[in-house]
Amino acid sequence: MSSDSTYYVPEQSKLPIFASLGLFLTVFGLANWLNGAENGPAILFVGFLVFAFVLWSWFNIVITENLQGLNSTQLKRSYVWGMGWFIFSEVMFFAAFFGALFYVRQLALPWLAGEGSHDTATETLLWPGFVAEWPLMQTPDMAANGENAKVFGPDHSMSFAEASSLWTWLPFWNTVVLLTSSITVHFAHTGLKNNNRKQFHLWLGITVFLGVVFLILQAEEYLHAYNDLGLTLSSGIYGTTFFMLTGFHGAHVTLGTFMLLVMFLRAILKGHFKHDDCFGFEAASWYWHFVDVVWLGLFLFVYILG
Amino acid sequence: MAHGPAKGITRWLFTTNHKDIGSMYLWFSFMMFFLGGIFALVIRAELFEPGLQIVEPEFFNQMTTLHGLIMVFGAVMPAFVGLANWMIPMMVGAPDMALPRMNNWSFWILPFAFAMLVSTLFMEGGAPNFGWTFYAPLSTTYAPPSVTFFIFAVHIMGASSIMGAINIIATILNMRAPGMTLMKMPLFVWTWLITAYLLIAVMPVLAGVVTMMLMDIHFGTSFFDAAGGGDPVLFQHVFWFFGHPEVYIMILPAFGIISAIIPTFARKPLFGYASMVYATASIAFLSFIVWAHHMFTVGIPLVGELFFMYATMLIAVPTGVKVFNWITTMFKGSMTFETPMLFSVAFVILFTIGGFSGLMLAIAPADFQYHDTYFVVAHFHYVLVPGAIFSITAAVYYWLPKWCGNMYNELMGKTHFWLAFIGLNLTFFPMHFVGLAGMPRRIPDYALQFADFNMISSCGAFLFGAAQVLFLFNVLRTITVGKKASDEVWENPEGLEWSVPSPAPYHTFSTPPEVR
Ligand SMILES: [Cu+2]
Repeated sequence: MSSDSTYYVPEQSKLPIFASLGLFLTVFGLANWLNGAENGPAILFVGFLVFAFVLWSWFNIVITENLQGLNSTQLKRSYVWGMGWFIFSEVMFFAAFFGALFYVRQLALPWLAGEGSHDTATETLLWPGFVAEWPLMQTPDMAANGENAKVFGPDHSMSFAEASSLWTWLPFWNTVVLLTSSITVHFAHTGLKNNNRKQFHLWLGITVFLGVVFLILQAEEYLHAYNDLGLTLSSGIYGTTFFMLTGFHGAHVTLGTFMLLVMFLRAILKGHFKHDDCFGFEAASWYWHFVDVVWLGLFLFVYILG
Repeated sequence: MAHGPAKGITRWLFTTNHKDIGSMYLWFSFMMFFLGGIFALVIRAELFEPGLQIVEPEFFNQMTTLHGLIMVFGAVMPAFVGLANWMIPMMVGAPDMALPRMNNWSFWILPFAFAMLVSTLFMEGGAPNFGWTFYAPLSTTYAPPSVTFFIFAVHIMGASSIMGAINIIATILNMRAPGMTLMKMPLFVWTWLITAYLLIAVMPVLAGVVTMMLMDIHFGTSFFDAAGGGDPVLFQHVFWFFGHPEVYIMILPAFGIISAIIPTFARKPLFGYASMVYATASIAFLSFIVWAHHMFTVGIPLVGELFFMYATMLIAVPTGVKVFNWITTMFKGSMTFETPMLFSVAFVILFTIGGFSGLMLAIAPADFQYHDTYFVVAHFHYVLVPGAIFSITAAVYYWLPKWCGNMYNELMGKTHFWLAFIGLNLTFFPMHFVGLAGMPRRIPDYALQFADFNMISSCGAFLFGAAQVLFLFNVLRTITVGKKASDEVWENPEGLEWSVPSPAPYHTFSTPPEVR
């Protein structure tokens, strides 16, 4: 079936140019929308449809090619490298936001409160009365204007309060759910490797389910933050870093869950994946492990030490 | 696989062929080079004399911004990717790039991205006017509405770069012909492998920083707003964490090109191949820990100033190794000076000047004087014009006969070289002097004592621009009516690419060659 002698170079393809068009319309529509143009949402919607349809066809074609036996082991290695380096690029994307968090907490806030600036006194001139604390409840602006914090905390914030309340602390359960899902996806992989379809389907299904549970819990957490704690995207740097880090993570969980769901449907409806040929599933599971590792970083730096 | 290209426009729209895609990248880059060049000439025309003559200051700012963005992301980077597309599969003996469809996708994102970026010129409030480094809060609180389009253009060109880099890494690591071990790869392949790694590491950080801007502008976050507990300086840290490796993204492939050309025309093997590889890797590593040398005057702690100063100076060591190796390769060689070699020798000399002014800027206490003056402009143009641009030009002259099968006109090539060489030195050398004397960058007007040098700079700039028109003409003439080139083109050049006919067939190495 697969041979090492020839590397499959596909014929002409309409996919790339339409993928570019779809991507362009999507961001062009979004930019118009954000700038208040009326046609923005429509362009965004059309662009997204084009983009989604092209990606659908693209994956469809790649899967068909593999089923036809066009993919040599060498080509499959290209896919493995591709996915690996893609995940590395995602790691660096999160690194930027983690870097911002560390910088703000360790350097920017103490400086705003006057640390190390004995000769500049910006804090006395610009933000009198500002105190650096984390989670930051009262922003420099509020301190200077004598406003009280609108955010409840720090005992009400998202950070970890005390050991006795661990069992009622939602992020703890989120961690449990996500860590478990990393194990269940591994069980699914073992099942597939051992040609045990039932085990494969069952554990993959459970993983998708756990992904959805995580997202529901996370939505619960956001509602709590917005409704009860006054913690929003615009409530200062604490809300900024909290929602951007957990938000991008949540977006990646959504994508990862969707990928695993597609793999699940391919497995049960089409009988795809063999014990020695399951790159699509493996790629999705690597992505899932990556999302899990990011969460561990979030749990430690945003929640426990938050 | 034994067939040629498709007919008509669909050949280019739907292609999966690395040579087609390489050509599209190169032509796109050439167009952007002229567009960015026109913007530069608007700047130089305004600066020809003191006072405000030609453009409004607001428009001047848009020109400096777009000139930088287009040259960096539209001209230099796509040119190197185009060269990688053409040459890497042929150099490692592969039938094509590892992921041919994604390859075409990486390219076709670019015309859309740059159309969107350039269209901001016609939007309400004008194009981005905050410099190519788009420091917050200039690019957030005080930005024109078109900044949103700029942000998304950066997002999708970043996606293009990442996909291109993934493709190049997969090609190099997975598609080498049997016997082509890593330490037998041509240096152009090595430098691109390391460049691709840098791209994948820092383009997502660039995406991150523009995303933070987007959130600050439209969703009320306070990343770069001190009133909310953020910090505008945070922007500079994240940006330059991308920005410094980015300058190596624009120079490492150039090192590879020069390391291919100098041995051919010195008729000696490259001196110190292994040290070249290690030097490139060290430069790439160091590039991640020097970013704050762009921020010496922003107010960072003394330990920071010292760390970033010494780390930056360390880069001179591996760079010095490279320059030493190129010179030693030429030493006692039987040299001839065809156009690619002229550009390469000029590269070695002028890039070294740019490196030395970089060392001057690396000295933190001295940088307090140089910061944001024309000295900085002189420095990075000496690195980028005779560095990146000259190496790309050299590469085009060196490999064009292989690409199209025809020889370029040598006299016209040499004329191009001398005009460009004189033009660029006239343009940028006086900038050292006005910069040291305190002329600030990015200002459309200047004090009278800078008038003479600015007039020289402007004349040089127009000369340099005219030289590029000659270049375009020479390339077109070569492709259409040039004399037939031999398969080897040069005298005994090294590399698999010279083992195939000229022009290189549409598909090369469908079965991998044996490398001894
Ligand atoms: Cu730098």
